[in-house]
Amino acid sequence: MKDALIQIFGDKLLGIHEARGETTLEVRPEDLTDVARQLRDGDLFKFVFLSDLTGIDCGAGQFEVVYHLLSMAHQKRVRLKVRLSGARELPSVVPVWPAANWHEREAFDMLGITFSGHPDLTRILTPDGFSGHPLQKEYPLRGEN
Amino acid sequence: MPVSVQAENATGEHLVLNMGPQHPSTHGVLRVILELDGEVVVKATPVIGHLHRGLEKLAEHMTYNQIIPLVDRMDYCSPLINNLGYVLAVEKLLGIEVPARAQVLRVLLCELTRIQSHLIWLGTHALDMGAMSPLLYMFREREEILDMFEEVWGARMHMAYFRVGGLAADVPESFFRRAKTFLAAFPEKVDIYEGLLTQNPIWKQRTQGVGIISAEDAIALGLSGPSLRASGTDWDLRKKMPYSSYERFDFSVPRGNRGDVYDRYLVRIEELRQSVRICEQALAAMPGGPVAAQDPKVVPPEKQRVLTTIEGLIHHFKIMVEGFTVPAGEVYAAVESPRGELGYYIRSNGGSRPYRLKVRTPSFVNLESLCKMAQGQMIADIVAIIGSLDIVLGEVDR
Repeated sequence: MKDALIQIFGDKLLGIHEARGETTLEVRPEDLTDVARQLRDGDLFKFVFLSDLTGIDCGAGQFEVVYHLLSMAHQKRVRLKVRLSGARELPSVVPVWPAANWHEREAFDMLGITFSGHPDLTRILTPDGFSGHPLQKEYPLRGEN
Repeated sequence: MPVSVQAENATGEHLVLNMGPQHPSTHGVLRVILELDGEVVVKATPVIGHLHRGLEKLAEHMTYNQIIPLVDRMDYCSPLINNLGYVLAVEKLLGIEVPARAQVLRVLLCELTRIQSHLIWLGTHALDMGAMSPLLYMFREREEILDMFEEVWGARMHMAYFRVGGLAADVPESFFRRAKTFLAAFPEKVDIYEGLLTQNPIWKQRTQGVGIISAEDAIALGLSGPSLRASGTDWDLRKKMPYSSYERFDFSVPRGNRGDVYDRYLVRIEELRQSVRICEQALAAMPGGPVAAQDPKVVPPEKQRVLTTIEGLIHHFKIMVEGFTVPAGEVYAAVESPRGELGYYIRSNGGSRPYRLKVRTPSFVNLESLCKMAQGQMIADIVAIIGSLDIVLGEVDR
């Protein structure tokens, strides 16, 4: 699959690596929607099922958004990664995978990542009037903030 | 969570009704905002988060072993399957090979867990719709499974019995005898459940043609587990991407074709029978040998050694207090829980605690499809649809 991915996406891929039987692709935020659509629709891939979407605070203002895709036709998974530095914003993939809706709201709520074009980007797990984003690394585990 | 309690359609004809969070049919603390046109639901908006305990944040501050009882408490109807997904992810990171006996025992215990989870689902689902007696039958059988679990490890629900590298200890011989007796009698009990519901005209009227979702919509919305299979999709991780020796077992994956509440019921009923088949095969071909990997860096010594030798005690103490170190990297491991795809994504920076643990819980994703299923249904059907999704709020909110 690796060769096919490199051939199709060319320089849109910032990186591709395989470890522990899992394939990880990295793309730029601006290429995300294009790559996502091709992964979903391409006959070689058919990643029609979005298993998971989440974010990670990598420290020093760096964030990553990680997509786990599943191809039921080929019984394969792939991990798609977008690195964010500076602006914590990237395009929503709800138009590609409607399942992303709540996942993106959760990433927004927990990590403060904004998904532009999301139909209703509101907090989902924390209560009304909550401030801050608990899964950011500087957010304390306990005590008053 | 902020959702304005205002009908979007401000013609004054629609009524906004708040269902929950304290409502017995929401199976926990789920709030659903219903926009109604008479008795017909125009829009259903689930509001979640009432049970949010910050599990993923907590996990970043715990050693890998300490997280095991934590994940138990997400989906409290199937704790062992939560354990399994988690230990598989950590084992993948570590590159540990689990002995055959531990793998098959895991399958056996997970399938018993699936049976008792489906029993809670069916009992409460039927109760929601006014059938009181099924619950009493199902809790009788569930009790028997919980008693067996108690015999295995002392705890009935939150066993925290799986460990990275295998099991906490071997199961007692008496467990096998008990499990055999239970499994021999159980298929007849399933017939009794079916006798109460499958051809029951009230049950059929309340469930057939209600909450329909097509296979395409189900996949697009990330629906998984029995709810996806009821829409006709042949997808079960135990079959398609087997883990923990599931590839050795002979079982079939039931499917529906209409994708309504009734089909979701039929699929789970058949899954009860298939789980019995898996358990029987596991009992018949139980491998011998150890139940934990021989990896002294990860697996603590046997209790006997801890209690009688100073080296054993130190070894145990080091692993329990400091935890074990996991190489840097990231993995995603998923198992087929009674509710669907339960996935663990772990990012390790090489320490004894995960840098990030993300749990993809099936209930969280499946609940999202309520919006789609509820559209155009009658208000009384909402209870049937929520029940048929088999959500556990502990898992939705984490």
